[in-house]
Amino acid sequence: MSGLPLLTLTTFLPLAGVLFIAAIRPQDEAAILNIRRVALITTVATFLVSLGILAGFDPKNPGFQLTETAGWMGGFFAYRMGIDGIAILFVLLTTFLMPFCILASWQSVQVRVKEYMIAFLVLETLMVGVFCATDLVLFYVFFEGGLIPMFLIIGVWGGKRRVYASYKFFLYTLAGSVLMMVAIMAMYLSAGTTDITVLVNKPFPLSMQWWLWFAFFASFAVKMPMWPVHTWLPDAHVEAPTAGSVLLAAVLLKMGGYGFLRFSLPMFPNASADLAPFIFTLSVIAIVYTSLVALVQEDMKKLIAYSSVAHMGYVTMGIFTLNTQGVQGAVFQMFSHGLVSGALFLCVGVVYDRLHTRDIAAYGGLVNRMPVYATLFLIFTLANIGLPGTSGFIGEFLTLTGAFEVNTWVAALAALGVILSSTYALWLFRRVVWGALTKPALKAMVDLTPREIAILAPLLVLVIFFGVYPAPVLDACAASVEAIIRNYHAAISAGGQTAALGSFPLFR
Amino acid sequence: MIAYADFALAVPELILSLGALGLLMVGAFSGKEAARTVSLLAIVLLIGAAGAVIEGGNGAAFSGAFVVDAYARFLKVLSLLGSAIAVLMSMRFARREQFESFELPVLIVLASVGMMMMISATDLITVYLGIELQSLALYVLAAMRRDNARSTEAGLKYFVLGALSSGMLLYGASLIYGFTGHTDFAGIASALADGQPASLGVTFGIVFVAAGLAFKVSVVPFHMWTPDVYEGAPTPITAFFAAAPKIAGMAVFVRIALGALDHVTHDWQQIVAFMALASMLLGSFAAIGQKNIKRLMAYSSIGHMGFALVGLAAANENGVYGILIYLATYLAMTAGAFACILSMRRAGGMVEEIDDLAGLARTNLPMAFLFGALLFSLAGIPPLAGFFAKYFVFVAAVEAHLYWLAVIGVLSSVVGAYYYLRIVKVMFLDEPAESFEPMGGELKAVLWAAGAFVLLFVVIAGPIGQAAEAAAKSLF
Repeated sequence: MSGLPLLTLTTFLPLAGVLFIAAIRPQDEAAILNIRRVALITTVATFLVSLGILAGFDPKNPGFQLTETAGWMGGFFAYRMGIDGIAILFVLLTTFLMPFCILASWQSVQVRVKEYMIAFLVLETLMVGVFCATDLVLFYVFFEGGLIPMFLIIGVWGGKRRVYASYKFFLYTLAGSVLMMVAIMAMYLSAGTTDITVLVNKPFPLSMQWWLWFAFFASFAVKMPMWPVHTWLPDAHVEAPTAGSVLLAAVLLKMGGYGFLRFSLPMFPNASADLAPFIFTLSVIAIVYTSLVALVQEDMKKLIAYSSVAHMGYVTMGIFTLNTQGVQGAVFQMFSHGLVSGALFLCVGVVYDRLHTRDIAAYGGLVNRMPVYATLFLIFTLANIGLPGTSGFIGEFLTLTGAFEVNTWVAALAALGVILSSTYALWLFRRVVWGALTKPALKAMVDLTPREIAILAPLLVLVIFFGVYPAPVLDACAASVEAIIRNYHAAISAGGQTAALGSFPLFR
Repeated sequence: MIAYADFALAVPELILSLGALGLLMVGAFSGKEAARTVSLLAIVLLIGAAGAVIEGGNGAAFSGAFVVDAYARFLKVLSLLGSAIAVLMSMRFARREQFESFELPVLIVLASVGMMMMISATDLITVYLGIELQSLALYVLAAMRRDNARSTEAGLKYFVLGALSSGMLLYGASLIYGFTGHTDFAGIASALADGQPASLGVTFGIVFVAAGLAFKVSVVPFHMWTPDVYEGAPTPITAFFAAAPKIAGMAVFVRIALGALDHVTHDWQQIVAFMALASMLLGSFAAIGQKNIKRLMAYSSIGHMGFALVGLAAANENGVYGILIYLATYLAMTAGAFACILSMRRAGGMVEEIDDLAGLARTNLPMAFLFGALLFSLAGIPPLAGFFAKYFVFVAAVEAHLYWLAVIGVLSSVVGAYYYLRIVKVMFLDEPAESFEPMGGELKAVLWAAGAFVLLFVVIAGPIGQAAEAAAKSLF
């Protein structure tokens, strides 16, 4: 281990890029190109630094590593950073995807490039910070702060209904999060600290758990998003620019699942046990219902957005099975979905950049003009379905196995989603790529440019690599997941029943 | 016995009072450039007084009617800064709008003396003296544009309602005096310290005093004057109204509640909690429909005073700490926001509609960026200053087990976020309108300072937090 504060460096390095970009005046083409280059270099450098975290990381240690502590705001808060086996996956996922997001915006974003790149780099800082923070308040600051750049990204560079979508995104997420803020305050006053590394080993008093659990649930369920509070997602996805959709699907949604793992299970174990059936119900509804909704979509991005909601249903189900397969599966599913959904949005972006429509009906027969694109799109579609040999399979299989151990019905119903996902995904593929090329507008389409191949190829390699050999991801998070499960069982056997909601002194 | 030591504690007030008289003379004898000279001197005076406040010592004076403690010094510095910023921002505006007069800075200085009296008052008589000195200056300031119907209307409205509220305050004070036998806070507190709930007479007194103070800080249900006065008064005066007097009013409110009435918390806690709740909700919902940005800021300030009152409703040390941080950030955010509003000039005249800001991000990106940061901060989004202000007052509320207040409060902040977002949307998302005239240098300075404050609060908050902590401790 080196003495460098790697986590802080990874988190705040993008801000250095922001300073550089802010100094450039976007007066001509060359300056704008420089802005793009600085953004790309910054994100690549951040990724390289984050590899240093991987080098210093010990997968056998279930606790928080590479920890950093400092006073903050005159000692009222503390600046605490640290990662465990779960967080490191998402940190790497974020830093890995960022350069692709910049590349994907290379040509599709032509207006206000400077502000765009600044917004993305600020967003990267905040996203990485969410996964590195080991202090409740610091976590909240990063978690909420991400709303501002995302609001602007959707609102300024989005599609036709971008204003509506950005408002909906912002207000939905904010409404969920402020309740979590009140819960964080109550936790601080009850436990006397906001240090997550301390709190995860010390479940809260039974009388508080339900309330705190619901307050955190309000935030994470919206972020995840879980049925029935998922409706902001299709709007936000559809209107966001391609790179915005990628980050939204690949990273921002994962904050919800990460939050459940980081807070709900270790800090409120008894409430989690009591409320697992509730989560199962919502998850199964999400899987089946949103898959059906995805079937009838006429907009490519909207279809993928609904499929994201369904896939997140597996994640919540897996987390609350509270056994090793389920939780590990959920972590893997989140990681894999980050790659696959990101790739799918990039694929949509490729044709959108050419034809400027996302209407499924406007396409058809693309395979004739774009064979390379068709191949890549097919593989990502199959990964989305969860075909064995792709990374999508591992997560779905493990979560279903975990669910089967707990409740056969849940597993059986959730398995319907596997069938439905192949239906909507393949049908989308059939309508867009296969068939005869009859529409005149499509005749001029050209196949992938080298830049686009450079974006999609690494994702393809990873999707297949982790599908065949998932061990790196599973090993990284194994110790941390085991620790969560162990703490959970210890708390359950020690704790007994949680108090019902009524006994909490809500009104004095 | 009034001794020399008493005056030594009141040095900042003396500087301002004598300075105001001196400024009147300067103004009367310095001809055409009088307003400019007097304004600059007034700023020097206010900053000098702030320096004297920082350097001065602690203690009680004038038979316990006047106290200087860390709490008073913190808030005095804030309100003096607010006054100085208001004078600074009014200079160019008054000249362009042709109501330039050297009385304006002098009145602001006199109002500041009143505010400092309020902040230091530990006796109902001093409270009243301070409030009246401040209010009389404010009434005149609201009507500063004598030949403008809206301005005179604002002044008259403010005067009539303000006089009524002063009357209520005085009546409440007389009831408290009648039933406890004391006007000084310590005496009232010891008279009420028998462990019994307050007698009916004292309760009535508390209600009337609370009503009078609620008017001064414009919280629901005594807020009705705010939008009209804010809209009618000249904009730099509105900027002044929105910040410094609120700080002084809140200072009095907190000191009376926790200094004189701390043994009968139950008799006023519900009143304050209700006012906080109603202000947060009204401030959030009523602002949604506003088109005029000054009216919007009026509702926004009602909401913010509601948030600050949450800290008072908690009635604990964390609550006072939260209020102090809240007022400090509120001052910065208000000053910055009004610096933007004052820069909304087109073709020689002011424009005040929100839609006039359309596409500001393309015509003037730095201004749009800073204004956007201020708005997100007003909405309470981390990592900006406004979030931490809200965090501290709500922590206090949770600590006092006022869970319902905290939950409804944070949810109303989501509603509030909606209308702040609307301005951000207009600036960043809409097609650009005609650009504004270039910003004046002093407005730019205020805007940059305020923007830097809210953006960098996460980094620089340490000293402010420590000062506020010492200030909160001095009340307990």
